[in-house]
Amino acid sequence: MSLLVFDGVACRRGGRLLFEGLSLTLAPGEAAIVSGPNGVGKSSLIRLAAGLLRPASGNVGRAQAALADEHLALDERQRLDRALAFWVADGTAALGAMGLAALAHLPVRMLSTGQRKRAALARVIASEAPLWLLDEPANGLDRDGLDRLEAAMAGHRAGGGAILAASHQPLALAGAQAVRLG
Amino acid sequence: MTALVLRELRLAFSGGAAMLPLVFFLLVATLFPFAVGPDGALLARTGGGALWMAALLAALLPVDRLVEPDRASGVLDQLSLRGHSEEAIALAKLVAHWLAFGPPLMLAALPAAALMKLPAEILLRLELGLLIGTPGLAALTLGVAALTAGLRRSGALAGLLILPLAVPLLIFGAGYVERGNDAGALQLLGAASLLLLAGAPFAAGAAIRAGRD
Repeated sequence: MSLLVFDGVACRRGGRLLFEGLSLTLAPGEAAIVSGPNGVGKSSLIRLAAGLLRPASGNVGRAQAALADEHLALDERQRLDRALAFWVADGTAALGAMGLAALAHLPVRMLSTGQRKRAALARVIASEAPLWLLDEPANGLDRDGLDRLEAAMAGHRAGGGAILAASHQPLALAGAQAVRLG
Repeated sequence: MTALVLRELRLAFSGGAAMLPLVFFLLVATLFPFAVGPDGALLARTGGGALWMAALLAALLPVDRLVEPDRASGVLDQLSLRGHSEEAIALAKLVAHWLAFGPPLMLAALPAAALMKLPAEILLRLELGLLIGTPGLAALTLGVAALTAGLRRSGALAGLLILPLAVPLLIFGAGYVERGNDAGALQLLGAASLLLLAGAPFAAGAAIRAGRD
């Protein structure tokens, strides 16, 4: 049983063909890292996987997925833990896993760039979705944040989850498929 | 769905955003007697129409906070990822927007009618018309908010889109206040309102989806 299947997928944005004939399968425990220069369609690939864009041709099949991209999607005026509670049943463990436990009572708008990234990742960690879609997950994270992210990803795969990540920075994802665009 | 409606209501009332159309509505009701003078009979005759116009203009105010913030912050994407259809999201927003707009506006119509010296019978017709017409106004605002989400300085464009489409509500709403229901104005107001209500979730849903490309 695969958690994500791309079958001959082509992506067209604004009349421009970004890529075509892309096939990819992620089974439980597997991971793939998408790389390539700016503007080549890495984020579009993630959004295709999330079902937020439709492929120009080919098919995309997915299990329940959780997405972390450049948008935080947490209410700025609420406390971090309450904002997270709109999306997930229990976010306490995930906030701890990303080192945000001490900031749980702060309003979301007070968080720094790196802390916002950690909060977005905490939302994915707490989601219980088998498929994680991460668009530049390491952006803005310090060394500690990166270590926590890598530990969370390893734990997710050990528990039978799959990960599709687009990243410029090297991510420690042992045995991940490399998807090179452009 | 319920959680979505509650979240929308919290956002509307927490920052005082839902109060803005009410204050605007009352302000127009205060200014109108200054403009036409303190002639009680004239105010009573024209006041109902003026209040309908104020309601229409007040409906324009929330247009930039209904959809755009959720689109920009990724909330619409995350909801879609959790299996909510765009139409269901739009419907939840519509229900919450009417709850934050319609009943408070009907309450605000009470002091506004006093400022205009409207007789009780006229006030009753105004309230009944607002009860039937404000869902249509709310639906129109939501549909246009979804259409213009992501555009810069969309406020003026939203006004251009909303006001012509709201003309039937204004005609039948103000007509019912002034002349009563001898020409079936109330039924026509209901028909116009229902049409907008039925179309808005689908139009807004399609606009949200189209906005992703």
